[in-house]
Amino acid sequence: MHIEGSALDLLYKILLDPFVQMAAAPDLLAQTLWEGLVGGVLYALIALGFVLIFKASGVFNFAQGIMVVFAALTLVGLHARGVPAFLALAITIVVMFVLAFAVERLVLRPLVNQPDIILFMATFGLTYFLIGFGELVFGGDPKVMITEQLYLPRGAINIKALGGLITVQKLDIAAAIIASIMVAGLSIFFSRTRIGRALRAVADSHKAALSVGISLEQIWVIVWFAAGLVALVTGIMWGARSDVSFALEVIALKALPVLILGGLTSIPGAIVGGLIIGVGEKLGEFYWGPLVGGGTDSWFAFAIALIFLLFWPHGLFGEKIIERV
Amino acid sequence: MLYREAGQFKTSYGSDQAIFPILQDRVGIAVILLVAYLLPLTKNDFLLNAMMIPFLVFSLAAIGLNIMTGYAGLLSLGTGAFMGVGAYACYKLTTYFPNVNIIIWIVASGFFAALVGAVFGLPSLRIKGFYLAVATLAAQFFLEWCFIRIPWLYNYNVSAAIEVPTRTLFAIPITGPTATAETRYLIVLTILVVMTWMASNLVHGRIGRMWMSVRDMDIAAELMGIRLLPTKLLAFAVSSFYCGVAGAIMVFLWYGGAESTVFSINQSFFVLFMVIIGGLGSLLGSYLGAALIFMLPIILRSVPPQLGIPVHADTVEHITFMIVGALIVFLLIVEPNGLARLWQIGKQKLRVWPFPY
Repeated sequence: MHIEGSALDLLYKILLDPFVQMAAAPDLLAQTLWEGLVGGVLYALIALGFVLIFKASGVFNFAQGIMVVFAALTLVGLHARGVPAFLALAITIVVMFVLAFAVERLVLRPLVNQPDIILFMATFGLTYFLIGFGELVFGGDPKVMITEQLYLPRGAINIKALGGLITVQKLDIAAAIIASIMVAGLSIFFSRTRIGRALRAVADSHKAALSVGISLEQIWVIVWFAAGLVALVTGIMWGARSDVSFALEVIALKALPVLILGGLTSIPGAIVGGLIIGVGEKLGEFYWGPLVGGGTDSWFAFAIALIFLLFWPHGLFGEKIIERV
Repeated sequence: MLYREAGQFKTSYGSDQAIFPILQDRVGIAVILLVAYLLPLTKNDFLLNAMMIPFLVFSLAAIGLNIMTGYAGLLSLGTGAFMGVGAYACYKLTTYFPNVNIIIWIVASGFFAALVGAVFGLPSLRIKGFYLAVATLAAQFFLEWCFIRIPWLYNYNVSAAIEVPTRTLFAIPITGPTATAETRYLIVLTILVVMTWMASNLVHGRIGRMWMSVRDMDIAAELMGIRLLPTKLLAFAVSSFYCGVAGAIMVFLWYGGAESTVFSINQSFFVLFMVIIGGLGSLLGSYLGAALIFMLPIILRSVPPQLGIPVHADTVEHITFMIVGALIVFLLIVEPNGLARLWQIGKQKLRVWPFPY
């Protein structure tokens, strides 16, 4: 009887209690949702960089998360050496272009026609190289992002709603707006410009694109540069929320479940997936986390991805690759 | 080479298929083994403790990962966590049954790692490539979380770490603070030799061929009557077994105590790089990769000061990262089969020297 009671109790705690809590304190729920969404935007931005590169070159770029940190670190490091904020921003953009060019020349071109998995592992090498290089040049200690110098808003707004206060950081709103502008800009770039159309052609078929005279090398540089710019924006946003250091690397890995969820080839998928993962892990940690001792956000995203992989191996919006295993 | 196979005729299928068909190779292996076993006579604690034991431990882990990634073609980023499973299982076993010999528990803990590995290998039937890598990342983060959040695993120690007790073999302490480097080295070496021999037999036999055919083309393998799920799960289990034993050895015979951070994602990458650099699908490569990746920081730390260039410890770490990263890209471009393949090419060149072919 006692055992039955405790089992029922556990079931109640898992299935009912969190929802009762949600209904009882809608302001807390809204706060958690908002924080999840903001975290999700950042995951989505990293995933966006992945998708750009994967679509155009078929490379699963493991180094995207590190490129985020590297871009932010370059920006902060330059500023710390006395370069004015916006000049530092411009130099960082140049650095990301040089990086894209170097990656195309030194990594992608010699590895053309190799199996995907070899390219995947080559990006591990790139990851470690960038970590070592970034720390060697700018030092490994955590740094503070230059938010004021870049005229990013600070402080918080308290909204009275749902019978309580919801705290919203101004920076998060700015991040959401900038992210939306960037995604809109990218989609216009993809659909309206000559280079964008060439990019989509390459994504559809390398060989067909080559045969109509599109230069693959050029496209790869452009696409890695675009991913580098996305990384820079992500790095600024992320760095403003916490310190800039390579400790972010582990968090950047969470973009992988986002990709799985959204599908590897879909930009809307990356965004929706990012938001789902962000909200899911915040809700899971806040309402169900205490049942198992907390700290679940380190693996919750991966668990969602794993379940998704089992039932929808191509993700929500991914292209179906027909291959019977 | 200083020797050629001329004059050594094979008169049976057995000798034709031998792993070391040439007499000189067999003598060479015997000499290497003899030297390895005589190394403790040098009484050089630094050599044994800081170089040889870690090298052997990482070789074992690299062999484990090589079985999965190199032979069965399943990319795994969860090696660190599987090593952790072995270490924690060994710790719990020796806590509950302190009278049973620790070596038995070190080997037995591999079975726990194998079980956990097989469970996390289940998705491998439906997914592969980098999708599977993400699935193994899930294992890595979930298990790491378990190591931190379940106090039962580390016996509710205040330090939240494994504290290795003293255990003996024939009244000689082999684990714990009183064990000498020589005894620990000899035990690690023996376990490694036995397990390498087993791995060699596995990959050269029917099971190894099944793994390799799945790696090369899973559809063709299935058409030839190889059942994919058991084959892949077996690869996961055997690989995790090796990693688990490596983890248990690492904590019990090298560190003497460990927190969960030892089994982090970085450890997984560390071992993966050994496998990539050493050579995918080669046991020799596991050793070469472990030696290179492990020795690189030591060399970087010790050589420049002797040349009169002062180097900061942080700088060494950063440069190591850069070199390892660049080396991986370089090797993937120049020789995707790693150091083991370079070794083969070198051997062949010497064999036909002074002629080019």
